[in-house]
Amino acid sequence: MKNARIRRRVSAVALNALIAVLAVLWLVPVFWLVISSFRAEQGAYTPYLWPKAFTFDNYIRLFTDRRLFDFPRWLGNTLFVAACSCVLTTMLTLMVAYVYSRLRFPKRRFLMNASLVLGMFPGFMSIIAIYHFMKAIGLDQTLLALILVYSGGAALNYYIAKGYFDTIPKSLDEAAILDGASNSTVFWKIILPNAKPVIATTAINAFINPIVDYIFVSVIMKDNYNNFTVAKGLYTMVDKTNIYEYYTVFCAGAVIVAIPVVLLFLRVQKYYVAGIVGGSVKG
Amino acid sequence: MHGEMKRHILADAAARGSLWTRLSFLVMGAGCIRYKQFVRGAAYLLSEVGFIFFFRDFALQYLSRFATLGTETQRKVWNEELQIFQRFPGDNSMLILLFSVLSIAVCAVFLYLWYANVRDAWRAQENAEHGCAIASFRDDLRAMRHERFHVTLLALPMLTMVLFTVLPIVFMILIAFTNFDADHQPPGNLFTWVGMSNVTDIFLGNAIKTRTFFGLLGWTIVWAILATFTNYFFGMLLAVAINSRLVKLKKVWRTCFVIAIAIPQFVSLLLISRALEPAGAINVLLMKLGVIRSPLPFLLDPTLARIVAVVVNMWIGIPYSMITFSGVLMNIPAELYESAEIDGAGPMRKFVSITLPYMFFVTAPATITTFVTNFNNFNVIYLLTAGGPFSLDYYQAGKTDLLVTWLYKLTVNRNDYSLASTIGIFIFLLVGTCSLIVYNRTGAVTKEDQFQ
Repeated sequence: MKNARIRRRVSAVALNALIAVLAVLWLVPVFWLVISSFRAEQGAYTPYLWPKAFTFDNYIRLFTDRRLFDFPRWLGNTLFVAACSCVLTTMLTLMVAYVYSRLRFPKRRFLMNASLVLGMFPGFMSIIAIYHFMKAIGLDQTLLALILVYSGGAALNYYIAKGYFDTIPKSLDEAAILDGASNSTVFWKIILPNAKPVIATTAINAFINPIVDYIFVSVIMKDNYNNFTVAKGLYTMVDKTNIYEYYTVFCAGAVIVAIPVVLLFLRVQKYYVAGIVGGSVKG
Repeated sequence: MHGEMKRHILADAAARGSLWTRLSFLVMGAGCIRYKQFVRGAAYLLSEVGFIFFFRDFALQYLSRFATLGTETQRKVWNEELQIFQRFPGDNSMLILLFSVLSIAVCAVFLYLWYANVRDAWRAQENAEHGCAIASFRDDLRAMRHERFHVTLLALPMLTMVLFTVLPIVFMILIAFTNFDADHQPPGNLFTWVGMSNVTDIFLGNAIKTRTFFGLLGWTIVWAILATFTNYFFGMLLAVAINSRLVKLKKVWRTCFVIAIAIPQFVSLLLISRALEPAGAINVLLMKLGVIRSPLPFLLDPTLARIVAVVVNMWIGIPYSMITFSGVLMNIPAELYESAEIDGAGPMRKFVSITLPYMFFVTAPATITTFVTNFNNFNVIYLLTAGGPFSLDYYQAGKTDLLVTWLYKLTVNRNDYSLASTIGIFIFLLVGTCSLIVYNRTGAVTKEDQFQ
């Protein structure tokens, strides 16, 4: 009996230690980023690991040294694009998710399959076509084009919201319909008020996406510096010609971008599961 | 069955329709207006007028040149008086193709509207003859909020889907049958239809392109399998470990892993790729520790670079599958375990016969998604290795390039659109078909309604 308790004790310690080691391993790049952002010495590579001196200058340069890299402007662009695309995407996603979750009509299965297959097409291939279209109507390299591009796929990304709607008891809407409510009333008065967490999740995801995306903005903006978002802008800091001088500034910028993204992501990760395994898990 | 009914309505309306119904074939909305559906009728009429103008002033000029994609090349002529080269704009193959696709889509929508107009006229006439009520505008509005609420809600999302996904795909598919590449760039040059030559180029014609394609396809498949398997397996182990009764501070540990993946990938991957370079932090660390004497070429050696890509992908992917599995673990019905305990099952037995099968079952569709995501995992490869080390055996690609990153390089760096579109279609067909089959066969989808 005592032996068993000791064995249990030992395996508990071992397991906790293992997980702790793994967690540290996973957090190393994060520490590395933060430390590099406060490093006083320039350059991407140092022959030692721990910085010789710390400074806050990288952050100050990020916001004041606007000759080559206009970070404040890019930050503004990013927030604007993220906010607009967040509103549009959330609206579209909730509409589609409600229809597929609650309404039954002849073409439903077909539309869902079509959305699934269309979603498999490599995203930036369509972005290239959209770029040429925007160019033809004089909208290329604008923030509006970027907003449209980020919201355009909303109708295909309804899985998380639909998964959540599926968990709201159907008896609620059936009772309302019996009382003479229309589907529209059910949507506004029953489903949406009961789906606040997933509305928040959808909105947050839609808000994060333009901040962390690098591909779409590269294709749409080409070399229009003024309309870059932070991802594209920060990336230009670390190309071959600038990396020595700007690497630590890049890290500072990355920290500033990462903090809100991490906080928002931590909030939505709960619902990430529901979206992945769909209707089969009830949270 | 469906098509037959449609023909029926048109044929009936033509044969037995009243004057007004027949007039609807030419003047849209006529029948509706006759039966006092004024708003509906006016909408049909307006759409017809709009379409006629659209077709005459816009669509016609592009559709008429769709077969050739333009014949007039842009010219530069020396102007003696002004002493400058004057440009005379020629046809722009790109715009002709783009707007032709758009015009065809508009025509298709219009055709449907025209059909709906005849159908509505015929129905209104039939209802009137049988003395039934004809839907008023007020009835239509009510239907939009109830019986046909799905149409109301889906209209806008479907419009964005068509504009931003369907039409671009049609456009890119058409591009695959042209010679739109670096040498044929509008507006300076024209491009035109070349039939299947891009497809044959990739699959059997052009030696270097064929080699690149099959080389990258092989690596892409290996990569997708390795990446999916490692994430799945280790993510599950980690979730089970953290979920164990022996582990304290479960939330803290989970948060640690989630923070790592919440950092935008363009940041974390760039950092890791810099750290892996010969002068980077990892080599410095290994040399300080005395493990190696000279830096390891992590990203320069093809085999090593591939291994590094898989390992770094584990760093990114495992936390994702860990949170998924954690969620699943917490959702396993407690009764299952209780009844197993009554039957005298130990912890190991419970894990093997309850936990594992349950997790496999529930995550089956998700695994397909993960596989597809990895197949097209642009970020990890492009931001980590950029496809490198570059290979001379390949056409514009490196040893760790996936098909999707190759495609990106071909379009963005090389303007080789026709080749890229061909590959894009291939990826699309492969991945789309597989996932469609699997999705419709897994329980989670087919038994959808039973879960509610």
